[in-house]
Amino acid sequence: MSYKMHILVCGGTGCRASASHQIITRLEECLKEKNLEDEVQVIATGCFGFCEKGPIVKVMPDNTFYVQVKPDDAEEIVNEHVIKGRKVERLLYKDPEKKEAVSDSKHMGFYKKQLRIALRNCGFIDPENIEEYIAREGYSALAKCITKMKPEEVINEIKLSGLRGRGGGGFPTGLKWEFASKYQADQKYVVCNADEGDPGAFMDRSIMEGDPHSVIEAMAICGYSIGATKGLVYIRAEYPLAIQRLKTAIHQAEEFGLLGENIFGSNFSFNIELRYGAGAFVCGEETALIHSMEGHRGEPTMKPPFPAESGYLNRPTNVNNVETLANIPAIIIKGANWFNKIGTERSKGTKVFALAGKINNVGLIEVPMGTTLREVIYEIGGGIKNGKKFKAVQTGGPSGGCLTEKHLDVPIDFDNLLASGSMMGSGGMIVMDEDDCMVSVAKFYLEFTVEESCGKCTPCRIGNKRLHETLDKITQGKGTMEDLETLKNLSRVIKDTALCGLGQTSPNPVLSTIDNFYDEYLAHIKDKKCPAGQCKALLMFHIDPELCIGCGLCARNCPVDAIVGERKEPHFINTAKCIKCGACMEKCKFKAVSTR
Amino acid sequence: MEKIKSLADLKRIKENVQTKIDLREKSEQVENLIQIKVAMATCGIAAGSKDTMNYFIENLEKNGIAAVVTQTGCMGYCYAEPTVEITKPGKDPIVFGHVTTERAEEIIQKYLKNDELVADIIPVNFETI
Repeated sequence: MSYKMHILVCGGTGCRASASHQIITRLEECLKEKNLEDEVQVIATGCFGFCEKGPIVKVMPDNTFYVQVKPDDAEEIVNEHVIKGRKVERLLYKDPEKKEAVSDSKHMGFYKKQLRIALRNCGFIDPENIEEYIAREGYSALAKCITKMKPEEVINEIKLSGLRGRGGGGFPTGLKWEFASKYQADQKYVVCNADEGDPGAFMDRSIMEGDPHSVIEAMAICGYSIGATKGLVYIRAEYPLAIQRLKTAIHQAEEFGLLGENIFGSNFSFNIELRYGAGAFVCGEETALIHSMEGHRGEPTMKPPFPAESGYLNRPTNVNNVETLANIPAIIIKGANWFNKIGTERSKGTKVFALAGKINNVGLIEVPMGTTLREVIYEIGGGIKNGKKFKAVQTGGPSGGCLTEKHLDVPIDFDNLLASGSMMGSGGMIVMDEDDCMVSVAKFYLEFTVEESCGKCTPCRIGNKRLHETLDKITQGKGTMEDLETLKNLSRVIKDTALCGLGQTSPNPVLSTIDNFYDEYLAHIKDKKCPAGQCKALLMFHIDPELCIGCGLCARNCPVDAIVGERKEPHFINTAKCIKCGACMEKCKFKAVSTR
Repeated sequence: MEKIKSLADLKRIKENVQTKIDLREKSEQVENLIQIKVAMATCGIAAGSKDTMNYFIENLEKNGIAAVVTQTGCMGYCYAEPTVEITKPGKDPIVFGHVTTERAEEIIQKYLKNDELVADIIPVNFETI
């Protein structure tokens, strides 16, 4: 007897942090109480992408999509939905614009424009159950390669598909495999780069948590194509759930004989091990990653030699990013011609983006290449939070740049983003509204690069530090026009002379904010004003005498006694003493404290 | 666990486990499939709608009919319980009354397979918004 109803509960890191595992326990308890445990199955899946409203619970077959579910809601879901067939209205997703409850996921703007290839199984299968993956045609791509295709045919198929690396560089994957296949050695390696480090990006983590077998299968396919028998996943240790799911998946694949010796009765053997990284941004760069795996300092080295010639332990090594790998099985099953019809001229397929910042639907989405920023931000992302005005979107993480209003209708792909002065990167998209100060944004990213620079080459180690200091000076209101020139010149020098990708791209946020928001820099330097009201040093705190009732709360909380006034009379701020900490503004119950 | 040693082994396992996710795959493309809604309010259950629903689920598969069976609340036709609403792709929904397991079989053989209508159809006399 098969189950009549499936209840899918998100088991990704985001939803687990909001107690989704307790929802599962409660649902199972309630079902058991009502003797329904044989009729309704509760499944922990990977990420649904709609992290803004987690934890997500989806009931199949009617596709009911419940949001922000708490463990205590489990009983109501069982009593009302499961037993009586009535949807629990209050837990349904409400369209932010129409204010109407949307009963099923098919009608949610968030999912309408999406095409899920890399995320095809995330939020659909139980990632800890290899059988569910096999039921979704899992491992049949590997079987097809080993039993019906020659290694060079597999490489050709990937080349033909037009797949490009999703980790940031956008290098053609098939070509990379071909290079690695050409070198002869006693041992070759397939490395999965799971060192996801861009602030705000979490697509790789979600894929490993939601569909670990797709990564394992793709690594084995790569191994077969380039002649490698060993696979290594370099994953950051701060992804405990992804590590646990990968371990379970590798163990299951070994039990099923899908990893190990003589896979599918052939003479191809393949094994996968995990290597943990301590979470350094630079280790996402492939040479640094390889050094870190070897037990050395995670510092990049000059290329050539490329890892395809001399990588891990000086053997030919092919390094691919998680999302790139997740596309491979789908390409093999459906064919290169299916894949290269999706996307744009030079960027094929789809891209996963992590939407973050001042956007209504924070989460993980996958869209065909060539989708415009407007579609992503307004249709899928549900627009800007609190009805504010869109200002910019930062793509490509600390190496990328800002795109503004005028770029909203640019179809997103590798080349268009580069031409617009930003880059694809790993797919982080941080949306900013009118309240964000662009100088501070540039400073934030430089702070990150300074922190993450390995210090090996001078331009990156010292240059970025200087960039950061200059930006800091400007946000303090002490900047000059010469500083602006210094920023530009120094940025170009760092770009030209830094050793690896981290340094070569780190000035991008500075250059792109100067290009797109020159007026805002001028306002900081010449008028000593921050138009967005973010740079505290440039603000004046002020108490509105009309609104102040003289309660004295602000004065009691002021750390430097800069606020004076009689009881029950309006208070005043002594601007000479004020250190602009904002404590008074936070404490005032009458919104009498403002900045100008 | 027996190891997978060939493509045939993988295919066999896939067929065995397919039922595990069938329900989910079908509901992803629900608009292309026959939808069968069984009224499962108290009155429906008392009249035996649980058996009706189980009968549909088990026998649709045997007859090779791809359909999604869901439960729904009271449709209001208490005199005719168990009631079942069937929507074929691109057609208006039809409500059948007094659907016992025998009648369920008749519906499968006649309406679902051959588009023949059977007795006891309840004219839909309301509009939903």
